[in-house]
Amino acid sequence: MLASIGQFLLILSFVVATVLMLVPMAGYFKNNDSMMRTARPLSYLLFAITLACFLILVSLFVMQDFSVTYVWQHSSLELPLRYRITATWGAHEGSVLMWVTVQALWIAAVAKYSRSLTLSQVSRVLSVLGIIATGFIAFVLFASNPFEITNPAPLDGRDLNPLLQDFGMIIHPPLLYFGYVGLSVAFALAVSALIGGQIDEKWIRWSRRWTNIAWAFLTIGIVLGSWWAYYELGWGGWWFWDPVENASFLPWLAGTALIHVQAVSERKNAFRGWTVLLAIIAFSLCVLGTFLVRSGSITSVHSFAADPFRGIFILVLLGIYAGGALTLYALRVNQLRSKDAINLESRETMLLANSVIFITSTFTILLGTLFPMIFEAFGKKISVGEPYFGLMFFLLMIPMAVLLPLGAQMKWHKDQFSAAVRQLMPHFFIAAALTVVTYWLVGGMNVRATAGVFGGLWIVSTSIAQVVKFPGKLNAGFVGMTVAHLGVGLFLFAMSMTEHKDIEKDVLLMPGQTTQVAGYDFTFNGVKQVKIENYQAQQGSILVSQNGQEIVELNPQKRFYPKQQQPMTEADIYPMVMRDIYVSMGEQITDDGGWAVRIYIKPMIRWMWFGALMMMAGAVIALFSKRSKRQEHQQVNQVMQERLEIS
Amino acid sequence: MKKALIALIPLAVFFSLIALLYINMGNHSEVLPSPLIGKPVPEFEHQTLYSKETLTQADFIGEPWLLNVFGSWCPSCQVEHPLVAALANTGKIKVVGLNWKDEEQDAKAWLQKWGDPYHEVLVDYEGDTAINLGVYGAPETFLIDAQGIIRYKIAGVLTSQIIRDELLPLIEEVSL
Repeated sequence: MLASIGQFLLILSFVVATVLMLVPMAGYFKNNDSMMRTARPLSYLLFAITLACFLILVSLFVMQDFSVTYVWQHSSLELPLRYRITATWGAHEGSVLMWVTVQALWIAAVAKYSRSLTLSQVSRVLSVLGIIATGFIAFVLFASNPFEITNPAPLDGRDLNPLLQDFGMIIHPPLLYFGYVGLSVAFALAVSALIGGQIDEKWIRWSRRWTNIAWAFLTIGIVLGSWWAYYELGWGGWWFWDPVENASFLPWLAGTALIHVQAVSERKNAFRGWTVLLAIIAFSLCVLGTFLVRSGSITSVHSFAADPFRGIFILVLLGIYAGGALTLYALRVNQLRSKDAINLESRETMLLANSVIFITSTFTILLGTLFPMIFEAFGKKISVGEPYFGLMFFLLMIPMAVLLPLGAQMKWHKDQFSAAVRQLMPHFFIAAALTVVTYWLVGGMNVRATAGVFGGLWIVSTSIAQVVKFPGKLNAGFVGMTVAHLGVGLFLFAMSMTEHKDIEKDVLLMPGQTTQVAGYDFTFNGVKQVKIENYQAQQGSILVSQNGQEIVELNPQKRFYPKQQQPMTEADIYPMVMRDIYVSMGEQITDDGGWAVRIYIKPMIRWMWFGALMMMAGAVIALFSKRSKRQEHQQVNQVMQERLEIS
Repeated sequence: MKKALIALIPLAVFFSLIALLYINMGNHSEVLPSPLIGKPVPEFEHQTLYSKETLTQADFIGEPWLLNVFGSWCPSCQVEHPLVAALANTGKIKVVGLNWKDEEQDAKAWLQKWGDPYHEVLVDYEGDTAINLGVYGAPETFLIDAQGIIRYKIAGVLTSQIIRDELLPLIEEVSL
């Protein structure tokens, strides 16, 4: 019954999204105000319907309605309530419904917080968002309907994939979707601007805020994904260059390029075409990522079940969105010609350099992700992994790290490289000296680690200098930038430590036996059987101590979920300020209770994630920039709204 | 004019990308027929896990057999293991294990724990034969006829459906 209501609401939302896609846009072309005015109410209505639809699916899970195919496939009588709720978005159908709901939420938010735009602008932006929503709702409706019924209903369900029965999984996907979908606002603006053939500073400034929020969500979503992989997969790694991870990283990289270029184009009549193109690329990569994850085109540890029809469907959506936008771009971009001249020696140039570095990184990673597919098209199989990505990314991040402080140092409009370099010179030596100290403290580092540590210190040192130099400069834009850049420095430093100074040891431990790793004693006190909620586990007890002082008892588990017939390794981690102690269990090796135990010491891994969170915080702080409000006033008064009309 | 052409570049890149994705989609499949089907088993020479005999592909000629690639490190192998055992117990086919990229101790412990349905277990710790067979992940299973020709391959976990609908009919065919 409830499922039928859900089904009905889904169809209704498709209708509403279609109307939103067509009517306000038609109103724009006919110059009909009343048609354009429907955009906002339609957006609110769309959100209300999709939210109801999503909540119905959640209730079906909570009530254990096994007559719904999607519910019995991903839940079971024994599944605890919290995971029944999260199972809603634990697999393909529900996660696309969540995507649609989040999309509708953003559309409603755009409708609400767009007072600074004219009616013609808002109606176009909302209509373009309507196109995106219509496509994805159609995808849910025709290719991944979560409300399908099984008759007769099974008595029990199949249970949720054990990997997903976890806190990180509860919040990681929604945050990531907020980020993906958020980039659709910048995309919609770009397309609307191309349709109208004009764009002004005010409009870019408006979209920059949305881009910032989306980018912040993407950042925290990726951090949570990394954290989840770290403790849940039991390999001790935090990033695997897996296609699915790359799928979330690509829009982040393109988004980084976009927010930096927007900083120029919101001030000046410059880089207009480039801003528009980057916005199109960033969102297209989100859709491409969806395709890669859900079409089965790529083999990955955590891709969704392959289904060619779904693959084709998303490919068609991608063709319509990105293909359509890029066609418009090809036709119209030359009308968005930038008028202001840019001095070579200025911050504008540096920001352009930033976007070039990041977009090059984007395409390098994209190429690596697609390379196995290119080869497969010729009937060969290869796999591209850490060696390629690690090296390429390292090489690309060198110019980023070197130029970042220079970019933050250079003044807008006109400055001199030589003066800026002279200002930064002392920090070069401070960073070099601290690198030597670090090298000595940790006892040797390889080339990549040394470069990473130096880069991190160089960025931190110069960023702190900026704060010291302008102590009273408390505008949100400046603070946000500095916090984010400090985060970059911290991330580089900590990541170099985590990656290159970690210790990994596989040992066979008999009960009572002690092994020493990095000055810590690990005493294995055997394994006992436990039964918790919907799984059984062999739980090890490992006492960690240092110089006879007990630190902590760790209880890694080897879990077995009977419903899914799947074993799982659950690591136990003791996080400390400077390092994590990470213990996971392999297999029982000998009959008298000897187990393979894997011990990791992960230096500074928390600092690495903290650095990423600082980048996110920077993007959020920058939202409160007063600058934009003041400038908006100026713009209204002055004739600064030089628009570029279609000739 | 030149500007108009430059503006077309993103579109051109995009469409080649779409074309690649489209071509690839039909292509990529786990049931992609192995180029080895219809060809003889690649030559190999492996010790067995327990008896330490050295066996080659020639030793298996004369009756059809099933080669099951597994490793104690591979959770999916554990999932399909009961089915492999059930299939071996029917006596319809000789099942040979290829213990791939494993450690002797681990493999023995694993077989002890989950049961050893194999007629023989060949040891391929270097992964040479697996490479020749085009194995790209365990488990994989090959059906080889009495003449030593590969007749069927499945990459990934065997299911009762695959065994019932695909493997058993073929086994009957090659056993005639």
